[in-house]
Amino acid sequence: MMPVVAVKKKICAPHLLLSLSLGFSASVLSLPSSANVDKPNNAGSVSLRRLTEPQYRQSIADIFGADIKVIGTFEPDIRVHGLLAEGTTRVAVTPGGLEQYENIARGIANQVIDEQHWPKLVGCAPQKNDSNGANCAAEFFEHTGKKLYRRPLQKEEIKSSVNNALTAAKKLGSFQAGVGAALAGMLTSPDFLFRIERTTADAHQANGTSLDAWSKASRLSYFLWNTTPDDELLAAAERGDLNNADGLSRQVERLMTSPRFNDGVRAFFDDFLRLDGLTTLSKDSMIYPAFSARVASDAREQTLRTISDLLVTQHGSYLDLFTTRRFAMNRTLGPLYAVPVASKDWSFYEFPENDPRRGLLTQVSFLAAHSHPGRTSPTLRGKAIREILMCEEVPTPPANVNFSVVQDVNNPVLRTTRERVNAHLNDEECASCHKKTDPPGLGLEKFDGVGQFRAMENNAAIDATGDLDKTAFNGAAELGAVMAKSPAVASCLVQSTYRYATGHSIEKNEQTTIDYYEQLFLNNGYRFVDLMRAIAQSPDFYSMSAVTAQNTDSSKAEKSS
Amino acid sequence: MSHKMTRRSFTLRGLLGGAAVTVGVPLLEFFLDANGKAFAANLGGGRLPVRFGTWFWGCGMIPSRWIPKTIGENYDLLPQLAPIKDVQKHINILSGFDVELGAKSNQPHISGPTALRTGAPADSWQLIAAPSFDVLIADAIGSGSYFRSIDFSADGNPRTTFSYRTGTAMNASIPSAVDLYAKIFGADFHDPNAATFTPDPKIMVRESVLSSVSEQRKKLEKMVGSTDRERLDQYFTSLREVEQKLALQLQKPPPAEACSIPHAPAALPAGTDFTDVQVRRANHRVMSELLAMALACNQTKIFNVAFSESASDLRHAGNTTGYHQSTHEELIDRSIGYQPSVDVFATQSMEAWADFVSVLASIKEGDGTLLDNTLVFAHSDVSMAKNHEVRGIPMMTAGKAGGRVRTGIHIAGKGAPVTAAGLTMQQLMGVSTDAWGIDAMRTNRGISELLV
Repeated sequence: MMPVVAVKKKICAPHLLLSLSLGFSASVLSLPSSANVDKPNNAGSVSLRRLTEPQYRQSIADIFGADIKVIGTFEPDIRVHGLLAEGTTRVAVTPGGLEQYENIARGIANQVIDEQHWPKLVGCAPQKNDSNGANCAAEFFEHTGKKLYRRPLQKEEIKSSVNNALTAAKKLGSFQAGVGAALAGMLTSPDFLFRIERTTADAHQANGTSLDAWSKASRLSYFLWNTTPDDELLAAAERGDLNNADGLSRQVERLMTSPRFNDGVRAFFDDFLRLDGLTTLSKDSMIYPAFSARVASDAREQTLRTISDLLVTQHGSYLDLFTTRRFAMNRTLGPLYAVPVASKDWSFYEFPENDPRRGLLTQVSFLAAHSHPGRTSPTLRGKAIREILMCEEVPTPPANVNFSVVQDVNNPVLRTTRERVNAHLNDEECASCHKKTDPPGLGLEKFDGVGQFRAMENNAAIDATGDLDKTAFNGAAELGAVMAKSPAVASCLVQSTYRYATGHSIEKNEQTTIDYYEQLFLNNGYRFVDLMRAIAQSPDFYSMSAVTAQNTDSSKAEKSS
Repeated sequence: MSHKMTRRSFTLRGLLGGAAVTVGVPLLEFFLDANGKAFAANLGGGRLPVRFGTWFWGCGMIPSRWIPKTIGENYDLLPQLAPIKDVQKHINILSGFDVELGAKSNQPHISGPTALRTGAPADSWQLIAAPSFDVLIADAIGSGSYFRSIDFSADGNPRTTFSYRTGTAMNASIPSAVDLYAKIFGADFHDPNAATFTPDPKIMVRESVLSSVSEQRKKLEKMVGSTDRERLDQYFTSLREVEQKLALQLQKPPPAEACSIPHAPAALPAGTDFTDVQVRRANHRVMSELLAMALACNQTKIFNVAFSESASDLRHAGNTTGYHQSTHEELIDRSIGYQPSVDVFATQSMEAWADFVSVLASIKEGDGTLLDNTLVFAHSDVSMAKNHEVRGIPMMTAGKAGGRVRTGIHIAGKGAPVTAAGLTMQQLMGVSTDAWGIDAMRTNRGISELLV
């Protein structure tokens, strides 16, 4: 027998509907009353984080130059509790994945040692007093190894790479080829593929150890720039600057005022909003001829450009993203938005005051990604609002549900999606979840499955009224305004940023830290940049205790992104 | 292990008629049968390697339209299985095997395939606690070949896979024919039938460099906690496998009579809609042919194929509602007693299965075909998708596994646990185990009807 009771309990329990994906109750949403909260002393842990594909690519570009091509298929990153960043502390490398890493590594190494790059990247050669090139190789591996491993190499590590190079050089009959082979080994080693954090003795800490300066530099750099530490940051680590507040602060300011800070902000939102899903998104070309792979990738870029303009360039409030009328636009996307685009390149388009198009939720990246291939889905859109933007958990539907009355598109009586979806709400079992997802999702019904505006569906006018947690709205623009006032939306961003920065789920003893950042976010007018600065400057971000047992409850992890 | 020593000290000099080749360690396992006995396919008709693989399709079937009414040989073909008519003699139908959920709830499209593949239903992909049985089989027999396994998905998504070591160690699928070709027949490919063989010094160098990377293992593992140590272990195990693969490439590959190098497939345009059934089927066919040649060329003994994801994403171009949505939303047509478009999709999934089987059956090998020396295990995520039914998830096998398996029969499980199938596959492929599955799903009773 199907365990009907168990299923019902899972689906209908109201506490599940309200509970946040991070496992604490909705009371988290209430902010501390005092504006001046003491900074809590919170402990994180050392971690082993696999580089994501974008981090790998950018690190290579920074170390060897942007003209070095990274060719190959990466093992997929895994999303845990909605974030690939949290997946980086869970994934290992499978045999198939390692084979790919080794192929990619050899491709990179072969370019580094080619005629074009050798003079700049290696430079030296065997000579009279270094006949086999051992000194030349040692110099290269010491210099490059520090960038690849984000720390100075130990003597025996340099020696091992030199040995590899010389042995290989003999077999291959070429010093360059030998260096290339040894370099490929470094690029395949766990020291490069993972950020392996190290500790150092520290009498000031209760447990006598703290994160070493190199590990601090990596945390900082991947958080703010999504790439490997640059020379200046490595030098600061070497000087010990990252171990005092002033020195740390100087580096944080330097990184955040660099144009590259944009990359860090973009990387966070790409992960948080799950924009990588657009790379495999496909739509029915007969129903949506305007959609293409190009539209999907430009829609992702549009959202990232819109975000970095508002949050970084204008130093704006995260919540304003839900009401902004200023969209990055280009010629690929113009037709979907029915707006003229004069510029060949990206430009900004400001929608009129009363336009239904307003805010992040009305961008193609959101509307298309959370629809079916051939039609809209208020449920999927509402689920994305709840799960991604409000950090709420929407349980999976019961196994034996019958949807057939709900969505017959040819139903002569139920012509619009709203009419069909409303049938969910007449069924008690369905209603418990759908009343959370559908009412906000229905606010976006005037945009079709790829995000084009429509006023009618099957010759019936579309009603885009709805409510979000009892606040009524009419249409997408008003929904955006309601989102912008939702404490859950602000709170979710803070939690997600913290999890992104640390790579782990929020644990019970970190709750006060989260409360602190939420209060700070509120006090700073929800400026995302200020939140990132606060985290980057906080000693908590660099603290560590003994490795905490990793939370194995990954029930919200997705198979696909 | 004395027979291992025998394997290692074995030389090919005699077999190859005086060719000056001495085989180092480890010896290519293709030359050996399960007892360590040497064979060579084209030199005296010894035994050929036996391969194992899985084939997955999503959204199950409609029982009244799929399950044969008769048991045993010459089972009748109902409409959804009609596409396998030409290859029926190679195919066994396993109906009526159940997933026992115990105290767990039914997680749609997850409980079924995770229970069937790993021996226990998981609440999410990432909570998979035990390896899928294809991984256990690969552990037992996969190490002697260039690739431990070759896994592809016809839907263009590397995450469409049902092969897991753990929830966070997923064996990603190769997502395109171009990538699949590059993996098998790319720069590292050695033609087993080439007249001459010269060990490539580049391969020697790669092997020795990776071996120096593996020397860091102890030092690194001391630095991290237990969870991360497991992750590093996985890394170093993977590294070891790549080293072993390189070691194999330094030996002259055994000749493979059925091996012929196919043409490189053309890249599909960006944005190709793989959800359309016809596009999917064509892509699946091309990838299946490449895989078959990888098997015939002795590049791997293990494979995993996904035709469609769990909760199948298949659609018909121009239709607003796809397969998965249809299973839940389409009304049962009372005049015929089933959901008509769901029926079409289920039948089309079986057409793809028939394609796969016939591709393997079309390659001559030894006295029979590649399929005869292979065991393919096919399954879905649910039986009746409309209500995510995990009782009676449809399963099939194809191929004789080198003569170990009967074919062309319908076996009714009558409520036996699906783990009976996973156990039997493991036992047939040489995994040393007498029981498999976790808690309510544990069983020590295999499907004896399958055995010759």
